[in-house]
Amino acid sequence: MLLRHTTKEIKERKALTVNPAKTCQPIGAMYAALGIHNCLPHSHGSQGCCAYHRSALTRHYKEPVMAGTSSFTEGASVFGGQANLLQAIDTIFTVYEPDVIAVHTTCLSETIGDDIPQIAKKAETDGKIPKGKYVIHANTPSYVGSHVTGFATMTKAMVDYFAESNGRKIEQINIIPGYVEPSDMEEIKRIVSELGIRSVMFPDTSNVLNRPQTGRFDMFPKGGTTVDALRSTGSSKATLALGRLASGPAARALDAKCKVACEILDPPIGLAATDAFVDTLRRMGGVSVPESINTERGRLLDIITDMHQYFYGKKVGLVGDPDQLISLTEFLVSIDMWPIYVVTGTPGKKFESKIKEITRDVPHEVKVASGGDMFLFHQWLKNEPVDLMMGNTYLKYISRDENIPLVRFGFPILDRVGHSYFPTVGYRGGMRLLEKILDALLDKTDRESPEESFELVL
Amino acid sequence: MSSSASVIFQERKDQILRKGQGDFDMNCNRESLAGAVSQRACVFCGSRVVLYPIADALHLVHGPIGCAAYTWDIRGALSSGPDLHRLSFSTDLQEKDIIFGGEEKLYRALTELIDRHHPKAAFVYSTCIVGIIGDDLEAVCRKVASEKGIPVLPVQSEGFKGNKREGYGAACKAMFRLMGSGDTSNISPLGINILGDFNLAGEIWIIRGYFDRMGLQTVANITGDGRVEDLQRAHGAALNVVQCSGATMELAKMMKESFDIPFMRVSYFGVEDMAESLYQIARFFEPKAPGIMERTRELVKGELSQLYPRLQEFRRELAGKKAAIYVGGAFKAFSLVKAFRLLGMRVVLVGSQTGTEEDYRELYEITDEGTIIVDDSNPLELSSFLKEKDVDVFVGGVKERPIAYKLGVGFCDHNHERKKPLEGFIGMLNFAREIHSSVMSPVWRFVPRRKAR
Repeated sequence: MLLRHTTKEIKERKALTVNPAKTCQPIGAMYAALGIHNCLPHSHGSQGCCAYHRSALTRHYKEPVMAGTSSFTEGASVFGGQANLLQAIDTIFTVYEPDVIAVHTTCLSETIGDDIPQIAKKAETDGKIPKGKYVIHANTPSYVGSHVTGFATMTKAMVDYFAESNGRKIEQINIIPGYVEPSDMEEIKRIVSELGIRSVMFPDTSNVLNRPQTGRFDMFPKGGTTVDALRSTGSSKATLALGRLASGPAARALDAKCKVACEILDPPIGLAATDAFVDTLRRMGGVSVPESINTERGRLLDIITDMHQYFYGKKVGLVGDPDQLISLTEFLVSIDMWPIYVVTGTPGKKFESKIKEITRDVPHEVKVASGGDMFLFHQWLKNEPVDLMMGNTYLKYISRDENIPLVRFGFPILDRVGHSYFPTVGYRGGMRLLEKILDALLDKTDRESPEESFELVL
Repeated sequence: MSSSASVIFQERKDQILRKGQGDFDMNCNRESLAGAVSQRACVFCGSRVVLYPIADALHLVHGPIGCAAYTWDIRGALSSGPDLHRLSFSTDLQEKDIIFGGEEKLYRALTELIDRHHPKAAFVYSTCIVGIIGDDLEAVCRKVASEKGIPVLPVQSEGFKGNKREGYGAACKAMFRLMGSGDTSNISPLGINILGDFNLAGEIWIIRGYFDRMGLQTVANITGDGRVEDLQRAHGAALNVVQCSGATMELAKMMKESFDIPFMRVSYFGVEDMAESLYQIARFFEPKAPGIMERTRELVKGELSQLYPRLQEFRRELAGKKAAIYVGGAFKAFSLVKAFRLLGMRVVLVGSQTGTEEDYRELYEITDEGTIIVDDSNPLELSSFLKEKDVDVFVGGVKERPIAYKLGVGFCDHNHERKKPLEGFIGMLNFAREIHSSVMSPVWRFVPRRKAR
């Protein structure tokens, strides 16, 4: 038993997190910045932060992840990191030649009080920022929020620094995809273009963190939103933001700064959320939904129809990030599954009430925790098990100890491939999720059913 | 070569050396250039990787969540028994803790964890932020230790205080505080401590097996599959054998000074170094243990007679292929250079994150003409060297793997993510198999590798 230390009795913990269901803000900021074309994310802090984030992203995506660091030393932590950041800006523009350096702070640089805009201004005055190049920043102390809020803050920085309105609206819609996989971003773009709508998506990590093998190592891959595209977001006629926590701040900032009206939806995971997504696009774009999309929808519905008896009443435990969990919970409820435990490490009470609302008709008690951890989740399971778990790779310990099948979903996935290539958003993504759920449930049935009831046809 | 030259920072020129071009002159162990995409990590990282394999201790990270999240069971340090080390414990500091201090939170977290898990000892890791807000780790640890009756050891591993090497030092200091308190009465005069082996993929079990066959008694594993009680009586051993010199050499030196235990540097990678290490140990114990030399010779002979024929199969296909090495500590590079030679391969690039001048001088001695030697490198440099030297296989860690693969170059993880033991005689065979599997993989036939070069 790998987790033999988990106790069944649950005592309230205030000073301690055990087996976290979140990580810190800077990694989210780094991931978002990788979605800008020709951009080098930069970690303003100790070397370790940057190394850890790069390693974690590399393990999840199996791709090179480039980022600079201010390499703080004892001196910098006493006298401030200005000299380090100035040196870094100079080094990066001289040697790596990106269009953008996206600086995020760390707990260390936040606490010693480094003022990034002031330092960037000094770099500019000193002539260290070549013409047509940019230094943007996001404040992401690790002791606030989680990786999701870090992502949201860097995404908002893209608006703060680049979005411009020249008074004329252009025929395009902004899409803010939220903290999802590159495959999801690609799928969202595909659906939008299938509807015949012109769009700008930011950030966009497709073709950055799921790039093909080309025999080349490119410091800056093909993908990512260009600075020109980011600039144009201020002139778009509307913004569609997916995920309240990850995309909401950027969408509202665009509205405030450039008067681009926004709608904020839950990520299009599952049937109803994708319906809402497609319908909103239809209204925003003034288009009608093409047959091809209706066919995809019909197929997703067909799987649910064919297999609904297998979903019925299955108890599910979920661990993940708030935006995704909201859509996922709704999807599971809509196919008659019972998500009875829903845990996110990201703090925020709204999440709990939202999940309670979605699950109010589930004929079973539903436990929800924001700011929770996997230890608590496991304790709940010890008291009453579930049929299926969905969440990141760290759930595999529980899966093994309790013999509960696990569908990998979320960040990080350290031991399987696929998430960066195959989406879970949209109707097709919904189909993939159902395939995974059914595989997990039915493989267990096949593996464990006694000989006399082992059946060929399920 | 011109393409490589263009990606090297002016400031880093003296951290790169080409054997055969001028005399040995290398500037290393200096702080990384800010802005460079360095492959280095921090002090906390160094402490965490060294101490984490101690399986029956509690490891509490005092800091924001990230430091604990990124070090949660990422290194396959196996345990034969307890596995408390595989959980992730954090005080998860929040904004108000940064303002008002985290000592109270730390105290409560420690108390709760010790009551629940009854560990043999607790290590409390300091992170950047703790260094800045000035929590008195030492005082909290002392208080909890006296209340709970177990050693509670602060690890002064604030990230900004240097790179991984300083972290190794902090870990050694923490471990040293455990020593000298345990009962040594049942330790034989042939007691030995294994330092600097972290039992990745079960490697320390192989080494302990050899020591058993030589008639030695392993007192403490430091730290792979480690136990607190073993550390507490480690001062009863007659010899410390130190691998991964960067990580635990400081501990060996402290033990020499305080307990007069001699130490020797060993390496369990590759046939030559493995055999020589065992002989060296046997020679040390020979006056006290007649027959140990014969037993060791028998052991080596037996292992080699099984190993060589099987190695030849790999060598036939690998001879003449080119290898590149970029590792955390330089010690590993020495053995790898020799191991590749045994496979008939040529090492054309060798570097490390944290090597010392002495290390690089030794590398300079043992490598062939034209080999590039590099300190604290970065992806751009590494990829240009790989292309320039037309490398067939790259040995490195997690951040280097995708760079090699993107270039269409084979790869072997000789770091945290090794899945097969690479130590010992059997380890050499596993290593040969891994290198062979990657170099000879049919996948390279499909990648536009040659074309793009």
